[in-house]
Amino acid sequence: MTVLDHRPTAPVPSWLPDATGPRSDPAPLLPDTSPVRVLGTPELAKYDPELLRDLYRRLVVGRRYNQQATTLTKQGRLAVYPSSTGQEACEVAAATVLGADDWLFPSYRDTLAVVGRGVDPLAALTLLRGSAHTGYDPRITRTAPLCTPLATQAPHAVGLAHAARLRGEPVVALAMLGDGGTSEGDFHEALNFAAVLNAPVVFLVQNNGYAISVPLTKQSAAPSLAHKAVGYGMPGRLVDGNDAVAVHAVLAEAVDRARAGGGPTLVEALTYRLEAHTNADDATRYRVPDEVEAWRAHDPLVLMERHLREAGLLDDEAVARAAEEAEALAATMRAQFHAEPQFDPLSLFQHVYAEPTPQLREQAAQLAAELAAEQMDGQTAGQTDGQTGAGA
Amino acid sequence: MATEQGTRTSSMAQALNAALRDAMRADSAVHLLGEDVGALGGVFRITDGLAAEFGADRCLDTPLAEAGILGTAIGMAMYGLRPVVEMQFDAFAYPAMEQLVSHVAKMRNRTAGGLGLPITVRVPYGGGIGGVEHHSDSSEAYYTATPGLHVVTPATVADAYGLLRASIASDDPVIFLEPKRLYWSKDEVDLSAPTEPIGRAVLRRTGRSAVLITYGPSLPVCLEAAKAAEAEGWDLAVLDLRSLVPFDDATVCEVVRSVGRAVVVHEASGFGGVGAEIAARVTERCFHHLAAPVLRVTGFDIPYPPPMLEHHYLPGVDRILDAVAKLQWED
Ligand SMILES: Cc1ncc(C[n+]2csc(CCOP(=O)(O)OP(=O)(O)O)c2C)c(N)n1
Repeated sequence: MTVLDHRPTAPVPSWLPDATGPRSDPAPLLPDTSPVRVLGTPELAKYDPELLRDLYRRLVVGRRYNQQATTLTKQGRLAVYPSSTGQEACEVAAATVLGADDWLFPSYRDTLAVVGRGVDPLAALTLLRGSAHTGYDPRITRTAPLCTPLATQAPHAVGLAHAARLRGEPVVALAMLGDGGTSEGDFHEALNFAAVLNAPVVFLVQNNGYAISVPLTKQSAAPSLAHKAVGYGMPGRLVDGNDAVAVHAVLAEAVDRARAGGGPTLVEALTYRLEAHTNADDATRYRVPDEVEAWRAHDPLVLMERHLREAGLLDDEAVARAAEEAEALAATMRAQFHAEPQFDPLSLFQHVYAEPTPQLREQAAQLAAELAAEQMDGQTAGQTDGQTGAGA
Repeated sequence: MATEQGTRTSSMAQALNAALRDAMRADSAVHLLGEDVGALGGVFRITDGLAAEFGADRCLDTPLAEAGILGTAIGMAMYGLRPVVEMQFDAFAYPAMEQLVSHVAKMRNRTAGGLGLPITVRVPYGGGIGGVEHHSDSSEAYYTATPGLHVVTPATVADAYGLLRASIASDDPVIFLEPKRLYWSKDEVDLSAPTEPIGRAVLRRTGRSAVLITYGPSLPVCLEAAKAAEAEGWDLAVLDLRSLVPFDDATVCEVVRSVGRAVVVHEASGFGGVGAEIAARVTERCFHHLAAPVLRVTGFDIPYPPPMLEHHYLPGVDRILDAVAKLQWED
């Protein structure tokens, strides 16, 4: 044996101080390496039919929302839209497992989950429309701003959950991110903090196969992203991300566990991004149509409708009602986006600080003078450039 | 340098692509790494076709982690390679700041000259393309405030090629700031024709009333302002810095002394910005030649606004002409 070899030659002695022993029970960390499914299994019978119909309805409305938003980008009314078409089951489940006092920490693709929390569709889309950053007050629906820098919202979720626990309040935080985001340092630091603090937080990774053009195989060599939980000492769960009932069930269990003081969970939902990364992206450069078609056959809406009908839980009338609701939402979105956005350019100087600095007051006065001069020149101030562009 | 000769129309994006390709052909130590630089060719297509020509090892699609990308590039450079890193957008380079500030910038100094890091970090920066939050930052002041980094920013198609080749050839780390709103600007150029080296400012337009000192995305705005100023009877010079570190004090002072009035123009926030440094240097060195204080025309001291409001933020021709008008008061 060389001096550098630290491998113990005998079993670890029982007198080893606690500080170096295992901190969490290794057995239940990743109990199942095949994704949880409910649709098409006898398990389905255990669920409340009302919940199932509600999930279905939300899926239909969510799909229509995605379609309408995508159309709005084509009309130049949204600057950019990262569609969650194909991933609606995850979006819907994230919104429905949280209580009113819980917090959601979404990423830029998660508008549907945000709307599912009760945020107005227009307000949820100001970031992507280009008229404001966050168009809603996060405190009202307990929904953090849509987050663009990847994985940076994950530690926020941990901190908030930790703070709630310090205050003795039964609040859970749910952080949503993509497969690519799991490579960022912030993700790993968030997991570690959550486990060490035993924070009531749930991480939902929507593994949709790609980070823009980079496939999962180039992103991670782990057997699954759920495995990443194991090293940090928290449970990892794998779920079929296109099975809305399964995602709901797995997330609900994790939320309950967190609320009961059981600590964080990492959930990996296996799903697929049916559209390009955003409307500005060309997905044909990095993936083949066959792959997309194969996943279309596993569409979350199709699955849900088929299995609920088979189980006698969904009839034509319920399907028609959901479709109507979806159309009504789309019409509202069109009407809202047809109206030109109103803004006061001087609002740029608001909310930079609680109190504007003297320098900002001076700059606001400068812009006000410029706008007044423009108006004198007979030009219309405050109009949009109507530019569209890359991003998100 | 292995290059294709001849004048033709090229966009800045194509010029950058050609620079990377030619640098990789010329030196097998040049390796590219970043997010989506492979099959996709980068979100702005700057690395288009390079993975196909040089293979996935020399044009590496990395996991999505900027600190990891730059930290890995440091190790590669320590072993003799010349990594060229792509940061997808200005604000997404921030996770790599630790590696940049603590290691990339300081390695030569920390090792008493033993380990220089010939790394080029390409950062698409600035606004004007309708990008949403975190896609339009002008981050140059963070870099220029970090000793040990060269900070280079082209404004013309020819410089995009010439300066990128020079940056890759540099034995020091270079932050290569690409003005993303100029990616699609076109010019008739012979890319192989030599340009001025890094560290030299270039007078893009002579004039006797005042000089506009600028760089990167603001150069075309300044040239437009200079044209518009003719109607007012002002004859404006326009100086393109091309490189913020090293800074070309000699050329800047020579021009300022001969003209006597100067306005610094950039789109990043003004407070603590590069313009403040320039105004201070010019005042220190040219005080007795100045007929008026050095003025700055910059973005406001606010987070970059949403796209529909960005035109209120970006310094435009009118704001520049207003500043020039103020200079005349001192006569
Ligand atoms: C820190 C950071 N780096 C780079 C980007 C640019 N970017 C935006 S989305 C994206 C891919 C993200 O992929 P993934 O996490 O899998 O989420 P998905 O888009 O698939 O939902 C990249 C690289 C970013 N937003 N933030």
